[in-house]
Amino acid sequence: MAEIQPEIRPSRLTRAWDSDLAWSFRHAPVAVVSAIVVLVLIAGALLAPLIAPHDPFNPATLNLMNGFTPPGQANQFTGDLFLLGTDDQGRDVFSTILYGMRISLFVGFSAVFLAMVLGVILGLLAGYLGGWTETIIMRIADVQLTFPAILVAMLIFGIAKGITPPAYRDQMAIWVLILAIGLSDWVQFARVVRGATLVEKNREYVQAAKLIGRSPFAIMLRHILPNVLNPVLVIATISLALAIIAEATLSFLGVGAPPTKPSLGTLIRIGQEFMFSGEWWILFFPAATLLALALSINLLGDWLRDALNPRLR
Amino acid sequence: MTDTPVLSVRNLVVEIPTRRGILRPVDNVSYDIHAGEILGVVGESGAGKSMTGNAVIGLLDRPARITSGEILLSGQPIHNLKGEALRRLRGKKMGMIFQDPLTSLNPLLTVGDQLTETILEHLGVSQQQARERAIAALEEVGIPAARSRIDSYPHEFSGGMRQRVVIALALCAEPDLVIADEPTTALDVSVQAQIVALLKRLCRERGVAVMLVTHDMGVIAEAADRVAVMYAGRLAELGPVREVLTAARHPYTSGLMASTPLASQGHERLRQIPGAMPRLGNLPDGCAFHPRCDYAQDRCRRDPGPTLETCDGRAACWFPLGAERKQEVGA
Repeated sequence: MAEIQPEIRPSRLTRAWDSDLAWSFRHAPVAVVSAIVVLVLIAGALLAPLIAPHDPFNPATLNLMNGFTPPGQANQFTGDLFLLGTDDQGRDVFSTILYGMRISLFVGFSAVFLAMVLGVILGLLAGYLGGWTETIIMRIADVQLTFPAILVAMLIFGIAKGITPPAYRDQMAIWVLILAIGLSDWVQFARVVRGATLVEKNREYVQAAKLIGRSPFAIMLRHILPNVLNPVLVIATISLALAIIAEATLSFLGVGAPPTKPSLGTLIRIGQEFMFSGEWWILFFPAATLLALALSINLLGDWLRDALNPRLR
Repeated sequence: MTDTPVLSVRNLVVEIPTRRGILRPVDNVSYDIHAGEILGVVGESGAGKSMTGNAVIGLLDRPARITSGEILLSGQPIHNLKGEALRRLRGKKMGMIFQDPLTSLNPLLTVGDQLTETILEHLGVSQQQARERAIAALEEVGIPAARSRIDSYPHEFSGGMRQRVVIALALCAEPDLVIADEPTTALDVSVQAQIVALLKRLCRERGVAVMLVTHDMGVIAEAADRVAVMYAGRLAELGPVREVLTAARHPYTSGLMASTPLASQGHERLRQIPGAMPRLGNLPDGCAFHPRCDYAQDRCRRDPGPTLETCDGRAACWFPLGAERKQEVGA
């Protein structure tokens, strides 16, 4: 048989650009726009110390005389100009949004990561091992599903607050938020992964791996996990938007990020106090940012779900 | 043959308990396979072919279980092994070739990864040696440019090439026994012939015992040394392939042969075996085949199912075909 020339493999970057996923992305204007919005917002949050005109959390730089400056207008006493106006304390709304997004995004990403790790592990175990393991894990999941996620998060938040010493409460608030949202959100990961695992574990390549004597954990990690990751990716993206909203809700209700370290939700709570007195911008801009962030992430998630679903292609 | 057979199945019974009683997808089956021999197992869907293979390799899914009989691998009982011992034995001593090469390879791992995984698990060699062995294994099954193809993913191979990879995978840990469960069913006819020839060659060269499960009489005729015909979980006939195919003793075997289409044989209407195989839940009394048998007599309906032992050792039939002729020759 004639020797076939070994083909030269293109670089990873070229292959990624040539992949079906990248092609479908380039041909989905909504996805491209959403991605740009998300990237700009994330970049703004990451680079907040560099681009924010003021440091809203350093009392030394605040001037109470600057309070309630409308957006785009010079302050009547000091003559200072603020792009998106200031709040009652004279904090620059644009800067607080940038810093607030850092908290919101950090909590969102961390909570989804926690939920994902927990859900994927439990879902794999339930699906692959079956029997009592499955019964226990999935019944806990079912019970948790009967409560609204936000209620579960508040419950966890309340318990955690009860057991942390008061001195550390503000410091711990962020981590407790992450824990609360993460624990309230693992169920859907577990359910989807369990379902996909049930399908994959009867595939012949899993039987073949069993035959060559791999341990159940090696099979789960090496053979099943990579094959069930597609739906996990989609859920993670949509969960991210939900987690950010959940964080904002908790903070809005006053059980989330403290006013000294405000997230977007905290900013909205502060802003709504002034809504009826005419200072609309204190509420409007944080809310609009939250909307843009959550909507773009959701649209990206929708696109990803369609792109990864072979039946829709 | 005087040596111990690689695989020896003795009076194997597999049962599935259900609400309507206990089903026996494999009922009192016995056979041997020697080194370098291919035993073909044929029968209709649901005759217990695959179930027998799965029982041997320990892949029976609950609630199916072996309730009696023995499975000996090189003289060692393996039917009662559990957990760790079973895990170590299969893969090392036994390999399996599945029906659909599309699903028997992990789509997200390269072919090389899957081969080296198996080799490392069983042969105790270094990563580098494992890779060399993997390349050699691919070359042995006739994959061109194996050295550059080893880092390809399964979807980059055609169906026939993928089945070659599956065969390489089953053989790379150097097992004594390979169970091939319908290895050619999902392939084109032209590719089927290549795969059968490959299996046959590897079996001869390596002295592996092969259990070839199929419903394709052509494949059996081409590859097998001996053939076991199964019907409703029982052995209907067992013998050297030439004798069974040319002078079937069991009416079921002869029916199977008659219903195999031949390209060379004009356009006559294909003969069928009337009716369908009975459901395991309500097997008829007597011989399980008698409602469909042209030669059924009172004894077939009355006496409990004939077995190879109670009959002439080759066909489980009270009135095997060609027996009269044999008597004439004997007299």
